[in-house]
Amino acid sequence: MVPLSYYLVLSGILFACGVTGFLIKRNIITIFMSIELMLNGVNLSFVAFAAHWHALAGQIFVFFVMVVAAAESAVGLAIIIAVYRTRETLNVDQVNLLKL
Amino acid sequence: MTSSLNLWLIPVLPLAGAAINGFLGKRSSRTAVSTIGLVFPGAAFAWALSVAFRFSSLPQIPYQEYVAHWIRSGSFSVDFALYLDQLSLVMLLVVTGVGFLIHIYSVGYMWDDPSYYRFFSYLNLFMFFMLTLVLANNYLVMFIGWEGVGLASYLLIGFWFTKDSAASAGKKAFIVNRIGDFGFLIGLFLIIQHFGSLNFVEVFDQVRPITPETAGAGLLTAIGILLMVGACGKSAQIPLYVWLPDAMEGPTPVSALIHAATMVTAGVYMVSRSHMVFERAPMSLTVVAIIGTLTALFAATIGIAQTDIKKVLAYSTVSQLGYMFMACGVGAFSAGIFHLMTHAFFKGLLFLAAGSVIHAVGGEQDMRKMGGLRSYIPWTFLTMLIATLAIAGIPPLAGFWSKDEILWKAFSSEHGSWVYWLIGVITAFITSFYMFRLLFMTFFGDYRGIQVDERGKVHSAHGPDDHAHGEPHESPMVMLIPLMILAFLSLVGGLVGIHNGFEHFLAPVFGAAEVAHGAGETSTGSTELLLMGVSVTVAFAGAILAWVLYVSKPYLPQKVADALNGLYVAVLNKYYIDELYATLFVKPLVEGSTRILWHGVDQKIIDDSINDAADGARHVSDEVRQMQSGNLRSYAGWIAAGSALVIAYMIWFGVGR
Repeated sequence: MVPLSYYLVLSGILFACGVTGFLIKRNIITIFMSIELMLNGVNLSFVAFAAHWHALAGQIFVFFVMVVAAAESAVGLAIIIAVYRTRETLNVDQVNLLKL
Repeated sequence: MTSSLNLWLIPVLPLAGAAINGFLGKRSSRTAVSTIGLVFPGAAFAWALSVAFRFSSLPQIPYQEYVAHWIRSGSFSVDFALYLDQLSLVMLLVVTGVGFLIHIYSVGYMWDDPSYYRFFSYLNLFMFFMLTLVLANNYLVMFIGWEGVGLASYLLIGFWFTKDSAASAGKKAFIVNRIGDFGFLIGLFLIIQHFGSLNFVEVFDQVRPITPETAGAGLLTAIGILLMVGACGKSAQIPLYVWLPDAMEGPTPVSALIHAATMVTAGVYMVSRSHMVFERAPMSLTVVAIIGTLTALFAATIGIAQTDIKKVLAYSTVSQLGYMFMACGVGAFSAGIFHLMTHAFFKGLLFLAAGSVIHAVGGEQDMRKMGGLRSYIPWTFLTMLIATLAIAGIPPLAGFWSKDEILWKAFSSEHGSWVYWLIGVITAFITSFYMFRLLFMTFFGDYRGIQVDERGKVHSAHGPDDHAHGEPHESPMVMLIPLMILAFLSLVGGLVGIHNGFEHFLAPVFGAAEVAHGAGETSTGSTELLLMGVSVTVAFAGAILAWVLYVSKPYLPQKVADALNGLYVAVLNKYYIDELYATLFVKPLVEGSTRILWHGVDQKIIDDSINDAADGARHVSDEVRQMQSGNLRSYAGWIAAGSALVIAYMIWFGVGR
């Protein structure tokens, strides 16, 4: 059996990748994907703990997270398309009309 | 008490007049303003007269009238309540009577002033406060009146406030009075602390058993001296007299009413009202007597060299007030009040007549530019002559009786001494001299005023008399009639003092001591006659000296002045007292306030600390502001770093269970 710590290390690596991508990328699609990566990193740790402790709560959380992530992707992609249509760019640094 | 005198009407009537004129006067005609301004004090006078007629049939004297309750705090209570005894009755009649006459006079004197309604409003307001002061049944209500007359005085001295000198004279009067009021207030606090009341009856009941030998005597001395400090401020005694001569910047009726006849005598009234305290504290009596005597002499000598007709009268007022305090200081309170009354008549008259003179010559106040006015303004001359004779103490006019009474008491009373008497007689001589000097310079010789065109003179910037001016002319009847009534009072006002009539009338207030003293007079009758002869002689001597110097040999005064060069210059400059005060008190205060309080404390400490705090906040904000860049990734970075910190903390230190 694979020890719990392996899962957690993998989960941490995934999360760190997501954070790094979120921080350094300018393309909004990539940023979006980094968020999904972070969510899935967390999901992995949830599932790992659920399996380890034989508790269902962790798996239920994962479902919730997936539902929220799906809804977020739907709304987010719609916004991205709308932004692209009006601004013809996907660079977040150029989408700054609301900044002071 | 079944029948009420409704005393409260007396002060409230002028207050109503002040309110009506103050609020509505601007749009009313002059006739309406004068009607309101005269009817209300006139009604107060009429009511005071009716009170006087019913006075003897009162079931209980002092009569007290409760108006409204004011302060109730534990066992200590102060009410708005009025108090009428022989003393306040005399004051009441003097204030309403002389006040009403001066109101009538003002109609003529102020007629051309653009702020006519304001003048009458202030004047009525003054009457309200003065009557409150006189009728109060406790020290606190008296203090309301005391401060109120100070306010009215300030407003009226600075009546022509566009003139810088008038505005600063008003401020000077107000500030110098504050010094006195400080002493008065501390005295009141001492009374509250030790007697638990401010009511005259209650306080004096507790004071009565104290004798100079018992333990409370030192306390009474302190209270007495503090009250005297207050009286020094209000009644212009050394060392606080400096405001009164400057107060002559006000309109002349104001000088007559406030700065001669009524307000400045409030101090004498207050000391007499507190006679129970002073009599039991001989040291404070001595202080009163010394201050009064010195002031009488000091101010009289300054009066010799003044050339402004109103300034002479102002110093004369200070000097006469000194006489009143001298009387109080030797325990002869009724003599002091007697002189207060006659002084109100003749000094009020002198000021009004001086106003008439000023009116006649077109606003000129310098006596060197008058002269020979006798034939131009005969009625003014006649009334002024009577007043001068009265103040000089020529029998049988009013001033003779009261001044002689004071001098006799100063000599013979148990607290008196021949020193007071001697200084008093010297002062009487000087008084007679400078008053006749004023009379001769103004009314005798040739007219020295430059007529019509040369109107840019120093003293001529007066409101009411700025009309084009030809020859000196007599004042209208509305001004002359009050002069005549006051002249009549100055003629006969002293007769109430014959056979100590006035003293017996006031005896219930000032106690039996004085009446018993009066009984002893028969044995010393010859001494009294001798002293009376001396004072009459010096009065005539002063008049004759003035005649020689200013009428028969007009070249002499200059020679005398040259001969006494240094002394003359000192007197002419009022002994440099104003300059001395400026150097000793005003300058250090102004400098200290400017350097330490303003530049140091206010600017350096208060302003700078606030500015520095604001600057610091701005600098910190400028730095912290950088965090909120609007850059999404930097926010995310902060969140990530923060989370990492929290997690690291939890790993190292546990989750805090």
